[in-house]
Amino acid sequence: MAKTLTISIMEPPYESATSTTAMRIIDAALRKGINVNVFAYEGAVSLTVKDQKPHPNPVHGTSVEEEKHPNTKDLVASLFELAKEKGVKLEWINCGLCVDERGAGNWIDGPRRGGPPDFHKWVQESDATLVIPTK
Amino acid sequence: MKKILCILETPYRGTLEEQDDATLWFTHALKNAGGDMGILLRGNAVNYAVTAQDPAGVVIGKLSIERPVYPHKDLLKMKQAGIPVHVVREDVETRGISVNSLVTDFELVSAGDLPSLFAQYDQVWHW
Repeated sequence: MAKTLTISIMEPPYESATSTTAMRIIDAALRKGINVNVFAYEGAVSLTVKDQKPHPNPVHGTSVEEEKHPNTKDLVASLFELAKEKGVKLEWINCGLCVDERGAGNWIDGPRRGGPPDFHKWVQESDATLVIPTK
Repeated sequence: MKKILCILETPYRGTLEEQDDATLWFTHALKNAGGDMGILLRGNAVNYAVTAQDPAGVVIGKLSIERPVYPHKDLLKMKQAGIPVHVVREDVETRGISVNSLVTDFELVSAGDLPSLFAQYDQVWHW
C-alpha cells in the first residue's frame, strides 16, 4: 500500500526558495510512488492562481517567449500531471479564509477549498507530515 | 541626482520561480530609468559573486526551469551598465569562499571601510 505524505506550505510564490523547495519535495515524493496531500496556508494559496501570466524581461531585453517562464500555477499543474502519470494521488487544498482575504479564488484545475479540519484529518491518516512555514 | 547604494544580504529569494533576483533586477531597472546606483553584496549574498554556480537542471513535475538566473552574470551586466558592484571581503572569507572563485571585476571591500563607502552615496537601501 502506497505511503502518504502531508505537507503544509505557507510561503507565497516568487518570494523565497521555500515554495520551490516544497514543490521539489512533492515532485520527489510523487516519483517515488508516494501519495501527497498539500495544505496551502496563507500566502501559499496564491501558488495556484489561474490569472498568473508570464512576462517579458525588460532588464534582460527578452520577450515572453525567450524568457520561457513557468509560473507557479504551471508548476503545480505539472505536479498534478506527474501524479496522474505515476498513478499516485496528489490532493491540494487551499485554505478558504486565506483565499478570501486575498481575493485569490480563481485557481487552476486540481486544488479545492478547505480548512484546518481537513488538514487535521490528513495528518491523522498520513505516514508523515511536513510543515513548511514562512520565515 | 541622488546616488543610491543597494545592500543585498539575503540571496536566492524566489530566484528559481522568478528567474531573476528581485533586488538586482530592480536596481538595474532604476539604472535604466536614469538612476545613479551601486550594489553591495554582504552576508550570504556574497555567493552571488561566485563564478562556478550552476542552477541549471531543475525539473518540477513535467516542467523544467529552462532559463534559471545566473546572478554573477546579471551582476556583470550591471557592472557593464555602470553600476559598481562591491563585495564584503570578510563575509566571503568567513564562508570559506576563495576570493579567487569570485568574478574579478567586482570590488572587494573590508567591513571597516564600509562607512567610507556609504559616505560616497546619498542614500543606502538595505534590501
